[in-house]
Amino acid sequence: MSDVKKFMYLNRRAPYGTIYAWESLEVVLIGAAFDQEVSLMFVDDGVFQIVKGSDTSELDMKNFTPTYRTLGDYGVRHMYVDKKSLEDRGLTQDDLIEVAWEDWETEEEVDNIVEVVDSEQIAKLLEESDVVFSF
Amino acid sequence: MADLYTVNKSPFEKNSLEDAIRFSSEGASILLIEDGVYGAMAGTAVSDLVANASGRKFYALRADVKARGISEDRLIDGVELVDYAGFVDLVVECDKVQAWL
Repeated sequence: MSDVKKFMYLNRRAPYGTIYAWESLEVVLIGAAFDQEVSLMFVDDGVFQIVKGSDTSELDMKNFTPTYRTLGDYGVRHMYVDKKSLEDRGLTQDDLIEVAWEDWETEEEVDNIVEVVDSEQIAKLLEESDVVFSF
Repeated sequence: MADLYTVNKSPFEKNSLEDAIRFSSEGASILLIEDGVYGAMAGTAVSDLVANASGRKFYALRADVKARGISEDRLIDGVELVDYAGFVDLVVECDKVQAWL
């Protein structure tokens, strides 16, 4: 289908301190209903959005880390994470949540769509996207 | 007792923590809250800000640390976790509060 566009959601803010991460997630979930090719990119403090082990019980805020885990079910095919942003924050892929993906029609499965990429790959991925939404 | 400095911004995004430390006096208490708690993590590109600041006592708000998935063993040595009551105690004990945003 020729009218499928590549959407890239570029996330650069930490969760909970500001509303950006949650708003981005909302837009991704809404956009997922339109059968487009959706990818997420996590750069700078955005990598903190998908760090596992979040516990907001003392904060009076919804813990939305579990929502990221469902994104594969909403048709999100790729979640890219900037390697340098992780390294600057003392994090590795082991600190991040895993998100599974499955194509209901072809039964193709991917255990984890979270992928660490370098600057060059990110530049290419952004350039190849039809639309980039920044949060 | 000297002043209490609160910092609520990520040290990777703004220089609030750096400035709060730079413009604080010996004996100051510096409390990291909200996205400011990322400044309490060991092994990051900005850990030295807190690790090398002598004569200042650092605190981090437990609720914000937990919400961000930061386990206690990842905190810089010497950073003390406080709950909301501990926050209030610091406010009462210190001369006044300076909010670094």
